[in-house]
Amino acid sequence: MNDTGHRERVLLLLPALLLAGLVVGLPVLRVLQLSFSRVELDGGISTSWAGLDPYVRLWQDGRFWTALRNTAVFTGASVLLETALGVGVALVLHQRFRGRGMLRAVVLLPWALPTAVMALAWAWIFNDAFGVANDLLGRLGFIERPVAWLGEPGTAMAAIVLADVWKTTPFVALVVLAGLQGIPESLLEAARVDGLGAWQRFWYVVLPLLAPALVVAVVFRAVQAYGAFDLVYVMTGGGPGGSTETVSLYAYQHYFRYLDFGYGSAVATAGVVLALLPLLVVLRWARAREVR
Amino acid sequence: MRRAALMLAVALVAGWSLGPAAWQALTALKPDDQITRVPTVYLPDPPTTRHFETLWARKPFGAYLANSVVISGAAALLAVVVGLLAAGALARTTGALRDRTLLGLLLLALFPPILLLFPLYEGVRALGWINHPLGLILPYAALNLPLAVWILESGFRQIPREVDEAARLDGLGPLARVFRVQLPLAAPTVVTAGILVFIFCWNEFMLALTFMTRDAGKTVTAGIASVGGASIYEIPWGQLSAAIVLATAPLVLLVLVFQGRITSGLTRGAVKG
Repeated sequence: MNDTGHRERVLLLLPALLLAGLVVGLPVLRVLQLSFSRVELDGGISTSWAGLDPYVRLWQDGRFWTALRNTAVFTGASVLLETALGVGVALVLHQRFRGRGMLRAVVLLPWALPTAVMALAWAWIFNDAFGVANDLLGRLGFIERPVAWLGEPGTAMAAIVLADVWKTTPFVALVVLAGLQGIPESLLEAARVDGLGAWQRFWYVVLPLLAPALVVAVVFRAVQAYGAFDLVYVMTGGGPGGSTETVSLYAYQHYFRYLDFGYGSAVATAGVVLALLPLLVVLRWARAREVR
Repeated sequence: MRRAALMLAVALVAGWSLGPAAWQALTALKPDDQITRVPTVYLPDPPTTRHFETLWARKPFGAYLANSVVISGAAALLAVVVGLLAAGALARTTGALRDRTLLGLLLLALFPPILLLFPLYEGVRALGWINHPLGLILPYAALNLPLAVWILESGFRQIPREVDEAARLDGLGPLARVFRVQLPLAAPTVVTAGILVFIFCWNEFMLALTFMTRDAGKTVTAGIASVGGASIYEIPWGQLSAAIVLATAPLVLLVLVFQGRITSGLTRGAVKG
């Protein structure tokens, strides 16, 4: 359009760009710089160029690779489970029954509650001596004696995955539900007339139509799960023996426990860069499928 | 038969969603000896409010709640106002500028917060904002700005272009058009954006934990992490449960009142792609 229109728009966008630049843009540049630096504490902090040294150290740092593997396991398991469960919950919410509006509010609840706070609630549920998880599973006959859920590597990881699935299933469910509501009833009716059973209708008609919404939900969730901090910090502190330590938590330890700001920055930066690769592959794959 | 299966599914979904929070509420109302009894006591007998009273006396929980309200409220307001300006401009734009700006904002929102944490800490410290509400308000507003802009822009886009054009011909400037034409016409969307940002700010933990070192400055999420007992071996579960109930109650209310709005805000971006 005309020039004044363009200038107006840039002016309106300016506050947003400024805020985002100050709080996101500059810090990203700073963390990159710090990740190539030796940082010394002398009242304030002073930095000197360290070249690739921090990244060489990272390459040889077993604890970093363990954290990366933990993060990948957590992200994969959590996203897989909440997607499957989210689709199931959405199918229930899509039915007609009395109290459906109420159930939608109830389903939304876990999503709205603070992760750090509910992590405490889950720690209490999984408490080894007095937790309700042990009591329930014992009464149902699944376990013979109380399990120290957060005290063993395997079960601790399972517990934080479960807590994350509880918290994030609503997001997937609501996105899928919105997708379901966009599928014309006539299409399902046609499939029924063609003799497709309920399961076949879901698999061959509904699921392909949900695919775009699902891809968006999964990518969003994967990115969030990959950055997981609150849940792990509160529930297990990364333990036992580092078996649930995520990349975010490991970087945090270097920042505020060991006060090693340079190396903490290298951990955070490498973590993000290494996550970008699989993300780009998934996005490319999704786009390729869409084009076909 | 089909009906029964559906009802069973409904009950399972409701139980799964409410269970953990409900269990916390029950724990908060139990006397201490029932909290630590084996086998587990399910219903408090009789219910007691003692844990709430002890918590209130032992910790500045009122201050935590007030801090959360002020910080989340101010951040939501700032994000929505700045977001309104940006969305107003973007909704009048077509083509590459709009698409690229929206995509760029989305990418900003995808950065894990840990990447920004330390530089933000440096900045907040340099400004003397450690333990000051502003130290959280500005980062919160910025980190939630992408969400606000996405939701607001999608709402503004529903307004016919002719309305904006007519207002312009009537001599209204760009700011007046945002606040006197687009804002009133898309008011529900604005409410949605505000509520979502408020919830995200209320729930934030990592920055609050790091920037608020004095007890009186903490938000509820950070404050709860410090409710623990004298040593880790005597965690006061009754008080913790009471704290969890108090920290989540405002959100339960928000969800009950604004369920529809929250859902539409959450799904808007995802479904439209």
